[in-house]
Parts: sequence; C-alpha cells; structure tokens
Amino acid sequence: MNGIPMEHGLILASILFSLGLAGLMLRRSMLFVLMSLEVMLNSAALAFVVGATAWNQPDGQAMFLLVITLAAAEASVGLALMIQLYQRYRSLDLDAASRMRG
Amino acid sequence: MEIAFYLSGLVAVLATVGVITGTSPVHAVVYLIVSLIAVAMVFFALGAPFAGALEIIVYAGAIMVLFVFVVMMLNLRPDAERELTWTHPRYWLGPSLLALVLLGALLALLRQGGVSEVIDGELLTARAVGLTLFGPWLMVVELAAILLLAALVTASHVGRRSNPLNRKMSGNRNRGGTP
Repeated sequence: MNGIPMEHGLILASILFSLGLAGLMLRRSMLFVLMSLEVMLNSAALAFVVGATAWNQPDGQAMFLLVITLAAAEASVGLALMIQLYQRYRSLDLDAASRMRG
Repeated sequence: MEIAFYLSGLVAVLATVGVITGTSPVHAVVYLIVSLIAVAMVFFALGAPFAGALEIIVYAGAIMVLFVFVVMMLNLRPDAERELTWTHPRYWLGPSLLALVLLGALLALLRQGGVSEVIDGELLTARAVGLTLFGPWLMVVELAAILLLAALVTASHVGRRSNPLNRKMSGNRNRGGTP
C-alpha cells in the first residue's frame, strides 16, 4: 500500500464534522457548544489541507491559515460571551438565556 | 505514513467522541486537545508539516489554553446536565439521527464524486505556502488581520466584568418603576 487515497482524508473530515454537529445539537452547556464548533471548524480545515496535499497546491494551506484565524476569533468572542452568561445567570446552560428582553 | 494517518485519524475520532459525551469540563477540554494534536499528526502524515505545526501552536497551544483558563476561572464542576441529556433516548436520538443522515449523505457524495487522487506524502513546505500567502493572497492576509482586530475589540468589550450599558439599563428600570 503506497499513498493514502484522498477519499479517506475527506471521510475522516466528514466523520469529525458530523461528530461536531451532533455535539452542537446535543449539548446545552455553552462550553460544550463552543468546543463542538471548534471541532467542526477543525474538520473543515482538515478538508482544506487534504485537498492541498492531494493536488500539491499551496492554496489549500493558505485557506487553512484563514480558517485558524477564524477559529481564534470565534473562540475569543465565544468565551467572552460565555463569561458574561456565567456572570448573569450563574450557569452555563444556554436555555437560561433563551428569554429575550428588549 | 499510512499507518500514522489511520492511527491518528482513529485517535482523533475517539477523542472527539470523548469531547461530545464528556461530563467534566476539564476532561472534555483535554480530550479536545488530544483530538487537535491527533489531527496535527494527520497533517504531518499527509505531508503538510507547516499546517501541522500551526495546528499545534495555534489550536492546541493558544486556543485551548484560552479554554482551560476560562474553565479554571469559572471554577466549573461536572454538572447534573448529563442525567437530563443522556438517560432518555428522546434527548439524544434526534440529533444523532440527523448527524448520521448527514454523514451518510456526505459519504455517498464522496463515493459518487470519484476523486481518484492519491496522496503520496510529498512535502508542501512553508516556503510555498508563504509565497502564496504574500503573493496572490495578500488581500486575504489583510482581511484576516482586520478580523483579528475586530475579535480583539469585541472580546475586550463583551468580556468586561461590569457592563456600564447593563448598569444604566437596570438603573432606568428601577427609576421608572415599571412592573
């Protein structure tokens, strides 16, 4: 066996994405929701890198850098929102903040 | 190379299952770090050492440290959410089914697409990536810089301990005496 078929890399990315999506729908704690989002972004980045190495083009890795930047921005804003949620409701349960007050 | 790819892929999937089924926040964060490092190993096995190093440095080194700090700061403990979420199939059957259907659709599309490229582990070095980034992709780099600046401003504004806007609003509500 020499070489990895590109499909296997994409299948791994799909599995990770589905796991992250299941976690996103399953959990109610905001920490776990944020971590599921990280998993999903990471699987998208994995698909980019698989494409980059399969066709030997560096564009996919440049896009990977952009995805990492996006993940860092998302994590920082999400964690700040999580701290605010905890300070207001003393819990990380997202359902606690489901009531909208104008 | 192949063995490294499949083993690290397996570790990544198992660690991710540990993340989404975990109860203790700290354990879940550590599982996520293991998953990210396994994905970095996948990158190394695929022949993308620059992406693998960035994954370890930025993801596992910076973002997950942020998660660990926040978990430590909030002093979270394993909550009773698990009993509510996991004991009854009503809570986990629907999301799992939807995710499984999506996974099946993705796999069917991949099978149908007929991508026949084989990754032979040829290295894609940081030099090529850097030439692409600061050549035709220069605008993307600047957009990423603006995105990071916006995230910095947003995080420092939202994450403040006492929000003056909120205080003013609650003061108005007290003065107004609305029911």
